[in-house]
Amino acid sequence: MKLLRRLSITLLCLMFAIALAADLAPGASYSRQFREFANAPPSARFPLGTDDLGRDRLMRLLHATGISLLLAPSAALASTLFAALAGGLAGYFGGWCDRLLVRIVDLMLSLPWLFLLLAVRALLPLNASPLTSLVVTYGLLAALGWASPARVVRAGARQLRESEFIFQARACGSGGIRLLWRQIVPNLRPVLLAQFLTSIPIFILAEANLGMLGLSAGEPYPTWGNLLQELQNPSSLRLEVFATLTAVALSVCCFKLIFPMEVSRI
Amino acid sequence: MKNWFTKLLGQLGVLAATVLVGGILAGALVRVSPGFGTDERELDARLDEASRASIRAARMADRDLFRFYVRYFGSVLRGDLGMSEAFHCPIGQLIRYRAPVTAVVMATGIVGGWALAFAAAIPAVLCRQRFCAGSIGLLTGILICVPSAVLAILVFNLGGPIRGIVVLVIFPRVFDYLRNLLRDAYSQPHILTARAKGLGTWRILFRHVLPAAAPQLFALAGVSAAMAFGAAIPIETLCDLPGIGQLAWKAALARDLPVLVVLTALITLLTQVCNSVSDWAGRKGEAGRI
Repeated sequence: MKLLRRLSITLLCLMFAIALAADLAPGASYSRQFREFANAPPSARFPLGTDDLGRDRLMRLLHATGISLLLAPSAALASTLFAALAGGLAGYFGGWCDRLLVRIVDLMLSLPWLFLLLAVRALLPLNASPLTSLVVTYGLLAALGWASPARVVRAGARQLRESEFIFQARACGSGGIRLLWRQIVPNLRPVLLAQFLTSIPIFILAEANLGMLGLSAGEPYPTWGNLLQELQNPSSLRLEVFATLTAVALSVCCFKLIFPMEVSRI
Repeated sequence: MKNWFTKLLGQLGVLAATVLVGGILAGALVRVSPGFGTDERELDARLDEASRASIRAARMADRDLFRFYVRYFGSVLRGDLGMSEAFHCPIGQLIRYRAPVTAVVMATGIVGGWALAFAAAIPAVLCRQRFCAGSIGLLTGILICVPSAVLAILVFNLGGPIRGIVVLVIFPRVFDYLRNLLRDAYSQPHILTARAKGLGTWRILFRHVLPAAAPQLFALAGVSAAMAFGAAIPIETLCDLPGIGQLAWKAALARDLPVLVVLTALITLLTQVCNSVSDWAGRKGEAGRI
């Protein structure tokens, strides 16, 4: 298990490094169109061929990999921090604060996530720039993905509130925000780490689903979801088109294997 | 009897309040979104300025969210769910036409996914050979790493059963929980004793393991409904199935506020009812009455 974990981390770092290096290569562009090579099969010049607009598929895939491996963890970090704040406060203070959070979380969890994303993402202005749509897509993932982690964090905070060392800290005069910040939050770190690592593959898959429905970043920005749209055309179902799917599945698998089993079950 | 009735009324009250708040929040979310004032039809080159102004004026009428809700709930109380702005027909009619398609997709997905998950989880827990557990784990691992939209389009392109795609989405997710639950239940001391004494596999499963895991299993069953609907959206959209998921996608693209509000309330109601039923069944199971 330890070997698999190390292998996953190495593979993810390698993917990210290659994606960054490809962006820095001179003359490399994800949007340059080689009109005379539209729909070209793999060759020495275009290892994964070109799409129907003549754009280098490999360059687009590498750029999309960089975007997803950068933005999905960022969105997961933002949602975990929000979940820590909401769940920590609710679990620690209890009372009306706790009841309110539970109601909000129940409401959010009762709505399918993709439906919420779809409804909100589709309501962007029609003239939103590709970069705005990309940032908004991941921003929405962060904004809507906190409910489930918040419930876990709340349970952890409640458990800690009743623990003996917290009683002792209280007896020693510590209380309020200080107790929360110095005692509760550091002890919630494994829970938060597990929630952070669990959120990343969920966000990657959600972006891929949104992209397939045409609701991820606008063209010509490549994301994994946008690139997967090629699968919708049965005539272009060649082996090289599956490279994006392989990248998505591989990264999701690696993120799932990163954390130890006992942490994943928290 | 009175106590039971009061509890039921209380539950129904909470359910109604949640659905109401869900609908209001969805409307508010749509209303405050930056693209609310814009309409795709305004980009139609065939329309003159007067037509565009009329579209804009109609949209602005919904800008006052409070007035929209008062008007909307008044018509709901009269049994009228309102008119769709994008489809130009009553929302009730749209839902009546599309609900059976989604119901079949969801039911197939939930029943098939659970059956497959059970069929895979039991050997994965009981089989002593690593190869058996490993190969099942690998299969579910692959399925869980593939976006549901990709699964839908691949099955569609290969001519597979479209209505059965949700099974492939539900199965690996349920399997993961189910395997962990069964593993925990099988490691209980009384079950270890029963196995050591030579009690039959099925007898242990049905008499000891499943009752022990029943509350969590019922809770998971409640969540499956939301999972199935979430999976139905891309599947119906990409495979052109005229269901509620496809309606949600089309309404979202066309910024159809009334349809989005009704769908949000409806989906909240469905998932809350499923969760309440599963909670109730779980409590009954825990009390040993089932």
